[in-house]
Amino acid sequence: MITLYHYLTVSLLLFGIGLYGILTRRNAIGILMSIELVLNSVNLNLVAFSRFITPQVLSGQVFALFVIAVAAGEAVIGLAIVLSIYRCRNTLDPEDINLMKW
Amino acid sequence: MTPYSLAFYLISFVAVVAALFVVTMRNIFHSALCLILAFFALAGLFVLLEAEFVAVAQVLIYVGAITILILFGIMLTHRLTDKGVRQASEGRFISLIVVLVLGALISIVLRATRFPVSSEEVAHPAIPYLGKLLMTQYLWPFEVVSVLLLVALVGAIVIAAKDEVIRKKAGG
Repeated sequence: MITLYHYLTVSLLLFGIGLYGILTRRNAIGILMSIELVLNSVNLNLVAFSRFITPQVLSGQVFALFVIAVAAGEAVIGLAIVLSIYRCRNTLDPEDINLMKW
Repeated sequence: MTPYSLAFYLISFVAVVAALFVVTMRNIFHSALCLILAFFALAGLFVLLEAEFVAVAQVLIYVGAITILILFGIMLTHRLTDKGVRQASEGRFISLIVVLVLGALISIVLRATRFPVSSEEVAHPAIPYLGKLLMTQYLWPFEVVSVLLLVALVGAIVIAAKDEVIRKKAGG
């Protein structure tokens, strides 16, 4: 019998993997891909809660759809920023992109 | 073992392994291809959760749009994806410890929580109901999201276009 906890465990694993990717990647596009993984694990959580706790009210699915839309916008803007950084500085290593660090 | 749980374990295994490849592959192009597999597996999990519309949206938007965009981004910055470029940083062990501690904390919390699980069936014609929700209760966030997507579209063009192109179009 697959319960809510099984889905939450898968979601936790995906979240951890995505977080590890965010912390270790040295390529801004790799970081963006890891962020997409984290957002997907959040979606899995939302849909699983919606299925197991309030199956008659589909609010969880609606929120998952909103998260998908916002993630699409985030990916577009992120890649645009990455491309323009690459054009100016010829690098995508987040440690070299330090103009706004102090 | 029922077919449902077999499908669940199989799909979750594919999703987790593909996600592991996404963050560990040396060649970033290959990890983008693994990302497609992970998104497909997640769509399968949504089908198992009886959220068909979310699954279709996942395939259309993530597999069809976002990964293609990421692949284009990788190809436009191709010099960095060459084999010689290191993709992982030195802080790997600290990151691993941080992730493991966070995961342990979350699983302790999960174990201690009792969720009010309901045994009802999913609302039956789910997709019409979802459409009705989007047009009534969630109309305002829905409209805000559409404006957000428009702003993101225009913003991406302005950020990514070369300066001369924008100046020429503005007639300046």
